[in-house]
Amino acid sequence: MPLRIAGRLFLLAFAIIILLPLIFLIVTTIKDQQQFYASPLGIPSSFTGQNYSHLFDSQPMLSYFSNSITVSFSTVVLELIVSSMIAYGIYRIANRLGLILYGIFLIGLMVPAQVNMIPIYSFMRDLGLMNSRFGLILVTVSMLLPVAVFMLTGFMRALPKEMFEAGSMDGAGEWRLYSQIALPLSAPSLAATAIFLLVSVWNDLLFPMLLLTDKAKMTLPLALLQFQGEYSTNYPGLLTGVVLISLPMLILFLLLQRYFISGMAAGSLKG
Amino acid sequence: MAVRKTIYFFFVPGLLLYAIFFLYPTLSGFYNSFTDWDGMSDTSGFVGLDNYKTVADSIIFKKAIGNNLRFMLSVVVVQTLVSLIVALLLTKNKKTTVALRALYFFPTILSSAAVGFIAAYVYDPNLGLLNELLRMLGLSALANNWLGNPSLAIYSIAAIQAWAHIGQMAILFIAGLHAIPEELYEAAKLDGGGKWAIFRRITWPLLAPAATIVVAYTTIQSFKAFDLIFVTTRGGPNYATEILSTYIYSAAFQNYKFGQASAASIYFLFIIAFITFLQFRALRANRVSY
Repeated sequence: MPLRIAGRLFLLAFAIIILLPLIFLIVTTIKDQQQFYASPLGIPSSFTGQNYSHLFDSQPMLSYFSNSITVSFSTVVLELIVSSMIAYGIYRIANRLGLILYGIFLIGLMVPAQVNMIPIYSFMRDLGLMNSRFGLILVTVSMLLPVAVFMLTGFMRALPKEMFEAGSMDGAGEWRLYSQIALPLSAPSLAATAIFLLVSVWNDLLFPMLLLTDKAKMTLPLALLQFQGEYSTNYPGLLTGVVLISLPMLILFLLLQRYFISGMAAGSLKG
Repeated sequence: MAVRKTIYFFFVPGLLLYAIFFLYPTLSGFYNSFTDWDGMSDTSGFVGLDNYKTVADSIIFKKAIGNNLRFMLSVVVVQTLVSLIVALLLTKNKKTTVALRALYFFPTILSSAAVGFIAAYVYDPNLGLLNELLRMLGLSALANNWLGNPSLAIYSIAAIQAWAHIGQMAILFIAGLHAIPEELYEAAKLDGGGKWAIFRRITWPLLAPAATIVVAYTTIQSFKAFDLIFVTTRGGPNYATEILSTYIYSAAFQNYKFGQASAASIYFLFIIAFITFLQFRALRANRVSY
């Protein structure tokens, strides 16, 4: 019995540790600066939306949002097409060559993005793809390819072979087997993979930081880094940026929790 | 069934992208590590292993490795222990447990840049949440300059890293716990085993594969940390939070020593590859298929 109470207390304490910074983060964004400096933890006498309106007035927030949405959406769609084709190929070949091809992609799992930051930077500069959202998308798709192939290959291996044999007997080519059998059957795993990729791309700081210097092209995490210089110790202003870049993921998380949790768990297996 | 030739076309787009934007840059980085390139000029000289020696002799590089290990060890210990306890307490699929799992998991979806800004706010010595709370509770003596104190900074960041990822690791442990057959527990209860005995004889050994995954993942994730440190301290104060990834970044983009930064990257690559190799071996030893 005491063990059960200790357990409950532990869960409660941990819930507080998770929630406390988040609650104060939000409360800070609806205080004006004077109130914050006078009493950082105090409950403000009146709530204000001025930090939010100020951010939209002084920064091209809509363009940051549209850049983030464009880059994330294009990357995820392109990645799902390319990696599901590879995963399907590996599943269908199922011989030594298939394993070798799989191995070539798995090697990429060992290479951290920070190892590639210098060569990618100089390579993209040589290609003239600096400051190009298209260049960023190509790089991000390639960087995430190993983990996407790894996740989808794992899922596709669980598909029943018989369906493809039957389809093949009926005269369906590989393209039809892929698009009309493999993809529909993998829908839940594609959704989990998509969520994992979306969270990774939406939150990525390193490659946007290396490749985008033009304010008009920046994504949200990179814009946030800019605010750090401009707002220095204006915490209400900075944290408002944090809330704004996290809001879309929070809404999606509330709607699609199951896919978030399974996707982020499967993605974490790759290390 | 015979493999049809058309299947090989399925690999073409992926292999092209992967070769151009991943394999080629990695290999060119490897080549750069043997040159004295400054990242700007068109020419560079071949210097053999000089960069590797210079980097290995650098005091800051050694400091960075030490910090990497300190950071990794503290994150691994805290994250594994807490997520294991959380998972053990949240195995049943009741409404409250499912809601708590989602709450604990939530910080995982925040960008590490956002988490970095939250950390900067929480740890601010004058206006920060942590010190203010301590003062309110009458514990002003414990207030500290969490990110500015060289002997504390790396652990302060490790705590936030764990804060953000404990929920994610707990999910992996919960999956491992659900994979343990219920009959084993029933049999053990019939044999009159106590709670502790059941945990030691059944839960713990059968949880080994999940624990291996959690430890391996946390190790690699914490070794690769970049955004969080870049946003909070940029490696300071006085290199107290400099880790390999921030070292590589400043060697290349602040000091324009692309050759040396590339050599440091290759060291980094080998360390990560070695850890990944150990991970695969441990997983194989545990005979688990995820």
